[in-house]
Amino acid sequence: MIEIKDLHKSYRMGANSLHVLKGLNLSIKEGELVAIMGSSGSGKSTLLNILGMLDEADSGDYILDGVPIKNLNETKAAKYRNKFLGFIFQSFNLINYKTAIENVALPLYYQRVNRNERQEKSMRYLEKVGLKNWAHHLPSELSGGQKQRVAIARAMAAEPKVLLADELTGALDSKTSYEIMDLVQQINDEGKTILIVTHEPDIAQMCKRIIHLKDGVIVEDSLVEQVRAASYVQ
Amino acid sequence: MFSRDRWQEIFQTISKNKLRTFLSGFTVALGIFIFTVLYGMGNGLKNSFNEFFMGDATNTFSIYPGRTSEPYKGFKSGRTIEFRNDDIEDIKKDFAFYLDEITPVISFSATAKYKGESNSYTINAVAPPYQDMQKTILMKGRYINVKDLEKRSKNIVIGRLVELDLFGKSENALGKFLDVGGIIYRVVGVFQDDDGDNEERIIYMPYTTRQMLDQGTDKIGQITLTYNTNIGYAGAMAFDLSLQKYLKSKHNIAPDDQNAIYLRNMADIVQRNMMFANILQLVVVFVGIGTLIAGVIGISNIMVFVVKERTKELGVRKALGATPASVIGLVLQESIFITTIAGYGGLVLGVGVLSAMGDRFKEDYFISNPGVGLGIVITATLVLVFFGVLAGYVPAKKAANVKPIVALRDE
Repeated sequence: MIEIKDLHKSYRMGANSLHVLKGLNLSIKEGELVAIMGSSGSGKSTLLNILGMLDEADSGDYILDGVPIKNLNETKAAKYRNKFLGFIFQSFNLINYKTAIENVALPLYYQRVNRNERQEKSMRYLEKVGLKNWAHHLPSELSGGQKQRVAIARAMAAEPKVLLADELTGALDSKTSYEIMDLVQQINDEGKTILIVTHEPDIAQMCKRIIHLKDGVIVEDSLVEQVRAASYVQ
Repeated sequence: MFSRDRWQEIFQTISKNKLRTFLSGFTVALGIFIFTVLYGMGNGLKNSFNEFFMGDATNTFSIYPGRTSEPYKGFKSGRTIEFRNDDIEDIKKDFAFYLDEITPVISFSATAKYKGESNSYTINAVAPPYQDMQKTILMKGRYINVKDLEKRSKNIVIGRLVELDLFGKSENALGKFLDVGGIIYRVVGVFQDDDGDNEERIIYMPYTTRQMLDQGTDKIGQITLTYNTNIGYAGAMAFDLSLQKYLKSKHNIAPDDQNAIYLRNMADIVQRNMMFANILQLVVVFVGIGTLIAGVIGISNIMVFVVKERTKELGVRKALGATPASVIGLVLQESIFITTIAGYGGLVLGVGVLSAMGDRFKEDYFISNPGVGLGIVITATLVLVFFGVLAGYVPAKKAANVKPIVALRDE
């Protein structure tokens, strides 16, 4: 699903340049649930940005579902993001004046899906994250966990190839975090490829594979015994 | 751009962000409103000016005799100049090229009596062309005509208020006999005039009749003439000069004597006053443009603020697959929509205020019938919309090009 070969990225800081990613090689197959760990400055966010087409690598190849991602203009990047990727953010990033269902429908709007289908599909995904009865509430009327569920429903509504999550439990307490991870695991069980950037070891343990980044290189890449979040959720 | 979904998206952002909508709409509406009202009042001032001068024909010369102030050709100074019938004939003959109509005016005042009522009025003894020069409108009957002149008939035309004063509301003056200064005249017409009450308290009679009754004299008080408008302003000024020169030489007046003959040239007076009115209008337009610029700055500020406020939302939209073009389009279409509607509102309100003002401020402030050309306000609205859009475009483009990850970074 994701192929990365010899990926380099450096940022120019005045006269010096900061070499953030130093030749990464990575292959992620369909249906994987991968945690990317590392301390701040390790390059994990940069990697996620490049995977999310929010940033471009200096050199190296990035192939997503057989499509080489290279030299994209903004318009093309927007189309690819819409088609291939679903984002889940630490701070949810719901649009505050839109109801839950309108937020979920937004990526479908940009896919030019017609209104009825949008409505029907959004409701289906809200139901999937357990918020059918909250569809017409504004984000301000939802709890943190509910907001993140809406965000997950929104990320999935476009039916992307890959879900990218950036510290998705960072703003939640541990109980809510586990509930969210339970949901993420269920989605993964259905075959969706998911990448999670996190610095919390217990969250990482709930994935199937952990990649440790340090100073721009992969220091460890191991398959782990998945801890089911459901066991923490009553 | 015109899809129903896009509009729905815009109506939603508008209705969910009332303050923002109100601020940008209010700025534009206020700008257009003030511009419209100012411009309209400027036009009202100009209308008043026009009315002052347009009541009478503007291609008019009135020539008044005076008293000489210096000796000339054996005549001593202080001699009273008098015009006579042959002056009229000579001007007709020698200035045929310039001249349109000419009439003597012998003005005096007399008491008019009818039954128990009496009042003092200005009597003007004139020839028929005087009607057109004064733009006198007849309500009933007829004006003095050529037959009256030939027969020296005792027919008079009275003003609307003369009829009201003497005959009351119920009685019709037409055909009745009126005692004016001890002589009985028949009323053959009643007129009205736009130039105010004084103009409607005048009685007109044939100048020949007046001369006959005044011991058969051929003296005339003043000469009023209109010139052919084809000669233009420069031609009128030339006519003015050569006519004065002609009359001075005919009446043995020194060429540089300023007191013997006075010529009142309406074209010149109107020209000067219209220049004043135009400068007034220019000031008003200047103030109006200032208002527009203030409006443009206001809407620009608000657009910058709006885009800043929406940076995060626009970042989310981009992460979800919005193209830069659709982000810019969303912001601009909303601002065009708001500014157009608000501009139209301000326009309607301004025109409403102007029409409510109407002639109410005519007496005290000389603003009559204020109004604006539709073209000028639509242009003003378009200018505001254009600058609003331009002001929105720059930050919107910037926002559209910000990488979503930057826009979404937590503060």
